[in-house]
Amino acid sequence: MQQLRLTRTRRAALIGLAGVLAVSLSACAESKRDDAGGGGSGGTMVFGNTGNPKMFDPVFTDEGETYRITRQMLDTLVQNKPGTADLEPSLATKWEPSNDGKTWTFSLKQGVKFSDGTPFNAEAVCYNFDRWYNMKGAAAQSQMIYYADVFGGFAHNESSALSDPLYKNCEAKDPNTAVLNLNKPKGAFPAAFTLPSLSIQSPTALKQYDADKVSQSGDSFTYSDYAYKHVTGTGPFKFDSWDQGKGEITLVRNDTSTMPAPAKLDKLIFKVIPDENARKQALKAGDIDGYDFPAPADYGLLRKDGDQVLVRPSFNVLYLGINQSGNPKLKDPRVRQALAYGINRQQFVQSKLAEGSEVATEFVPKAISGYTDDVTKYPYDPAKAKDLLKQAGASNLSLKFYYPTEVTRPYMPNPADTFTAISQDLKNIGITIQPVAESWNGGYKDDVQQFGKQDIHLLGWTGDYNDAGNFVGTFFGRQKKEFGFDNPDLFKALGDADASPPGDQHAKAYQEANKQIMDYLPAVPIAYPSPAIVVNEKIKGVVASPLTDERFNNVTTG
Amino acid sequence: MLRFIVRRVLQAIPTLLILSILVFAWLRSLPGGPAAALLGDKATPEKIANLNHVLGLDQSIILQYFKFLGRAVTGDFGNSLVSAQPVMSEIGTFLPATLELGISAMIIAVVLGIPFGYLAARFRGGIPDNVIIVLTLVGVAVPVFFLGYTMQDLLSAPLGLPSQGRQAPGIDATAITNFAILDGIMTSEWDAVWDAIKHLILPAFALATIPLAVITRISRASVLDVLNEDFIRTANSKGLTQPVVRQRHVLRNALLPVVTTIGLQTGALLGGAVLTERVFNFRGLGFLLAEGIEKRDYPRLQALLLFGALVYVVVNMLVDISYGLIDPRVRVR
Repeated sequence: MQQLRLTRTRRAALIGLAGVLAVSLSACAESKRDDAGGGGSGGTMVFGNTGNPKMFDPVFTDEGETYRITRQMLDTLVQNKPGTADLEPSLATKWEPSNDGKTWTFSLKQGVKFSDGTPFNAEAVCYNFDRWYNMKGAAAQSQMIYYADVFGGFAHNESSALSDPLYKNCEAKDPNTAVLNLNKPKGAFPAAFTLPSLSIQSPTALKQYDADKVSQSGDSFTYSDYAYKHVTGTGPFKFDSWDQGKGEITLVRNDTSTMPAPAKLDKLIFKVIPDENARKQALKAGDIDGYDFPAPADYGLLRKDGDQVLVRPSFNVLYLGINQSGNPKLKDPRVRQALAYGINRQQFVQSKLAEGSEVATEFVPKAISGYTDDVTKYPYDPAKAKDLLKQAGASNLSLKFYYPTEVTRPYMPNPADTFTAISQDLKNIGITIQPVAESWNGGYKDDVQQFGKQDIHLLGWTGDYNDAGNFVGTFFGRQKKEFGFDNPDLFKALGDADASPPGDQHAKAYQEANKQIMDYLPAVPIAYPSPAIVVNEKIKGVVASPLTDERFNNVTTG
Repeated sequence: MLRFIVRRVLQAIPTLLILSILVFAWLRSLPGGPAAALLGDKATPEKIANLNHVLGLDQSIILQYFKFLGRAVTGDFGNSLVSAQPVMSEIGTFLPATLELGISAMIIAVVLGIPFGYLAARFRGGIPDNVIIVLTLVGVAVPVFFLGYTMQDLLSAPLGLPSQGRQAPGIDATAITNFAILDGIMTSEWDAVWDAIKHLILPAFALATIPLAVITRISRASVLDVLNEDFIRTANSKGLTQPVVRQRHVLRNALLPVVTTIGLQTGALLGGAVLTERVFNFRGLGFLLAEGIEKRDYPRLQALLLFGALVYVVVNMLVDISYGLIDPRVRVR
């Protein structure tokens, strides 16, 4: 009994001690609260980011998680008109190619300053081009995906995966005129100047914080302080802070911005919420004001709650890949045509994809120059499909059908559903399907693109800029394991189109190439799916962009 | 006691070393890799191969392992490929959240589990016993994420409890230790303390279900065992009052297996935390782990998995030590 009482006393003493401890702790810790209240009146928007940005120098990444944030702070020479894929002036008021397409002259907007107070001018533009071209180190170069895509290579290539550089030099003719000289013309321009990776950043800040320093140790990378917390541009917002623990990136209004004006909001916070359902819950709870890529199945529910689901015009394509090095029967055009005739794309789009999505008739979405309606079409016709298979002696065709799991893509909200619908159609025309499901990061892309293990597969593409080459050039511009065919005529047509001077001629060259592709049918285009962005009822001024290029400068919180 | 602890620490070293080999080999045997995951849609096979080369992932696994080990013994586990932050500082940032969640869940599990188990044993075969047994079965069987989603949809709004994150957006709490509750107490920001507690309730209950169910069942079984012992009959027959028999004889003896279970469940909590933290967007180690697995973030996964193993080893050591405190008969030499 005595022992018990003792324990009780001890317990009481402990609780007392804890209390003393807490009080003494609170004496030594100062609350850092700012009780003054918010200064501005423009309000704050909290937006749900789908993933963690690695850092904020857009040239070292190809991830939307970073771009969604940097496009609020940085500007490109040319930009997409809000809500469209058409070009409009940004830092450059005019951009003119020479006749041979090897020189681009930019007239620059005047009176623009970076958020660190330094002036934006032709020298700053050339500094950025030179910086990219002269980037040293395999660690840095290996991550400049878009730069390498567009410009081929660097002053000193550190990998055999790179090719000859397109860039020759950049001249600052006068403070408001920058001239970009290329070694050969490139069809991706001027559209590729809109790429977030090619944003113009403050030369002073880049130098001050040693922005080019990307180091690699063991199996990991480290970036400079610039990339983590000093990214400096001309846009309506500027960087404020990045709280890793909370997963919050805070931008504040850039009061000196003339691109086109300081943001209306005081603050723009990006909150990282990787789980789709968690984003939905956060919106419901009012923790965030909007998020990207709501699941199509949730549109109705979100709207019922008063949220605005803004559907983006499609800039994606979903296709059924065909590997001609797989099952030899796939070399026969009649078999490939049978696949196209055998898939009920109309029904698939209506029943499985979100509103705004359309049936694809070629590999280029409608919004892109180079699209043409004048291609061979393959409307749903199972009888004809069976007939074609019979003619080709492929009535007992059996195909390894690869599809990814553990992933959603803007062009493929639900891969398993997509697989089920398409394989059912193919079974109906007498094809035996051997399904192979692989996780997206767990080897799917390797097996399909690097090793070509499949007969047919699901994949797609989200466009980066308004040029058909970004789609068909990437898919069919050269021999690839993914499709396993060799068609020199087609490769040449696409190469010529890429090198054709900008304007009508360029678009025509791609229209011809698209016709050729749909005659040859190296794969089956399925759909142009439309992803969406959702914001609550209070938010005004978000314009859904086909290129996910939503800038929040005009956003107000009503 | 000191010798015992030293011995256990020394035993832990080979354990961790073997684990590091297994973790390393297992990660690299997974299909896919960080390069493909990092570069996303736009990467050509050539670019992926190039990034693998830059990261040294095309070297032999044995060479890679020794390089990793060489850095690891100096405490350098590299940078996360997802966040580009040193993984050790990531663990430092995210650990408090997991501890807060894990401790809350264990408190719930223990505070409810032992009385429930005792109750069930005392009224063996009666209504409380049957109800508790069925509930524990459900508790073990229902997946944490399903429970999490269900709680969010059904309980969050009616109870006014947040279903997301650790803190309300506008709370502006001062962060000192990253333990939200502790920080709030230290800075006397009482609204932040209350806010942090509210954010803990749903995820902590979700995470607590499995340990709660297990602890309840073990307590019940253990109490039943003890109730049948001779010394209980002796205690009763010598006329001790019921409370004394229960507290001193039944509970104390029944607690031993329960403590083992608590230890094991604590170790297993990190597994449950992966799902709970993801569902509730509660940014802790489990959240970090889930993101790392998706992106095949080798450096982060290596560090986190070894850290998890270390926690397990330490918790088991603490369990062994606590035996002695409860039962002098097994006091360690």
